[in-house]
Amino acid sequence: MPLVEARSLTKRFGDLTAVDAIDFDVAQGESFGFLGPNGAGKTSAMRMIGAVSPVTDGYLRVLGMDPATEGPEIRRRLGVVPQEDTLDTELSVAENLLIYGRYFDLPRPLIRERIAELLDFTELAERRDDKVEPLSGGMKRRLTIARALINQPELLILDEPTTGLDPQARHVLWDRLYRLKQQGVTLIITTHYMDEAEQLCDRLVIMDKAKIVAEGSPRQLIEEHSSREVVEMRFPVGVQETIVDRLDGLAKRTEVLPDRVLLYTDDGDDSSTGVHERGLHPETLVVRRSTLEDVFLRLTGRTLVD
Amino acid sequence: MAVPTVARVIEAHALVYRRTWRGSVISTFFSPVLYLVAMGIGLGSLVDQGAGRADLGGLTYLAFLAPGLLVATAMQTGAGDGSWPVMAGIKWTKTYHATLATPVGVRDLVIGHLGWVAVRLTFVSVVFVAIMVAFGAVESWAGMAAVVPAVLTGLAFAAATSAYAAYLDTDTGLSTLFRFGIVPMFLFSGTFFPVSQLPDWLEPLANLVPLWHGVELARGLALGTGTTWSPWIHTAYLAAWIVGGTAVAFRTFGGKLRQ
Repeated sequence: MPLVEARSLTKRFGDLTAVDAIDFDVAQGESFGFLGPNGAGKTSAMRMIGAVSPVTDGYLRVLGMDPATEGPEIRRRLGVVPQEDTLDTELSVAENLLIYGRYFDLPRPLIRERIAELLDFTELAERRDDKVEPLSGGMKRRLTIARALINQPELLILDEPTTGLDPQARHVLWDRLYRLKQQGVTLIITTHYMDEAEQLCDRLVIMDKAKIVAEGSPRQLIEEHSSREVVEMRFPVGVQETIVDRLDGLAKRTEVLPDRVLLYTDDGDDSSTGVHERGLHPETLVVRRSTLEDVFLRLTGRTLVD
Repeated sequence: MAVPTVARVIEAHALVYRRTWRGSVISTFFSPVLYLVAMGIGLGSLVDQGAGRADLGGLTYLAFLAPGLLVATAMQTGAGDGSWPVMAGIKWTKTYHATLATPVGVRDLVIGHLGWVAVRLTFVSVVFVAIMVAFGAVESWAGMAAVVPAVLTGLAFAAATSAYAAYLDTDTGLSTLFRFGIVPMFLFSGTFFPVSQLPDWLEPLANLVPLWHGVELARGLALGTGTTWSPWIHTAYLAAWIVGGTAVAFRTFGGKLRQ
């Protein structure tokens, strides 16, 4: 039985349809991603799975239960890392965890044990009795994750876990999430960073404008919707428009963005040679592997982060 | 809604309070003393010498004022605890959102919040009555029972302001509420002078204010005198505000937190 099962799942706010009849399953132990730009409906989907926001229409089961009638029971077995930090900044690191553990009705001695474990796990043990307020963004995120783990959830929901963090803090966080996955925790992650989705997700759906536009493993999605390699070129201002038709036949597909031109090809070197042979001189030319960003661009005609 | 879950919410408030009690304790102890000295004794010495004493039915002004101040203080505590902390939980620190990701539901959150306010009100009111006793403003030990209408009045305001604070999008509405609502009620609901002194057309308006009902009850209990209307009507009116405010709070909290 899937841990989360959604059929025609829909969320409307008045006239606005935030989630439009999406279908997906999340299996036990899987790391499942929702990739899409801001406003695609990812957070609304998360809040329905988290049994916080009521389902407008469609079918949703979380851990085999109906969020409409068994919300508290579902939430008892979930961990939620919201997009914004919702820590009590007047309290200490440990007190935040204690309060949260009590909401789950856990006995205090057990919470104390778990606080020690979780602060070790999130490398916050030294800050145990410090107030939350002055902690760095990365530390607050890690504390939020520790808090979400206080009830040893079977399913951990993370809504844009690394938005706003510096690269180093992101990598620390990814490492912790990877360890959780190794321990068998099922993860659902939303992100608008394709590298995050590639790093963390076994399988993902790409969302755009409230709908799912593609589904699969990162590798499958790239294979299905993009080429093996991409040649990325920048031309001087004003030149780009004039050379586009001279690129015909160099690649399987050409994408012209406001600031660059992309050639989708199976052999990047071959295509770049072709560019030079036609007497074109881009300011920069990079051959790289295809990414989920290319898949998104292919499917929606837009880049992920506008 | 579940009893243990509500208890967990109250416990969480208590834990937070352990960190933040200092500021509120000072106001709890000192503002009653200041008011009772300045108004009760200072202003009271003028009132007691003049014609006022007859209008107060032979009471000293201090004895008349003290139970009114008790309930008015409870009103301010209730309205205060029901407003900015709610706005913070929903909008600023967003801790209410975190709470609702646990088995705690919206109703548990509202009732737990009001339960904690009741604890605070009881503490504040007991301290106030003890100070009244020290000032000789309570006729008998039975006067201690004035704590009950004080807590009820505080809860009536806490429930109503919580419902309102959750409905608001910014805190300007709260400042307006205090400036044009709470302060006039504090001054004109029988705390400092009987509402019978108000212009005739204003008196019925004062009768609608929960504070007036609480003051009537508290004064009756503290001085062993009767109340204007039946004490049951006064009590039922306060209870209606508590129940009504809570019911509206369920809706406004839900509207903001369960989107």
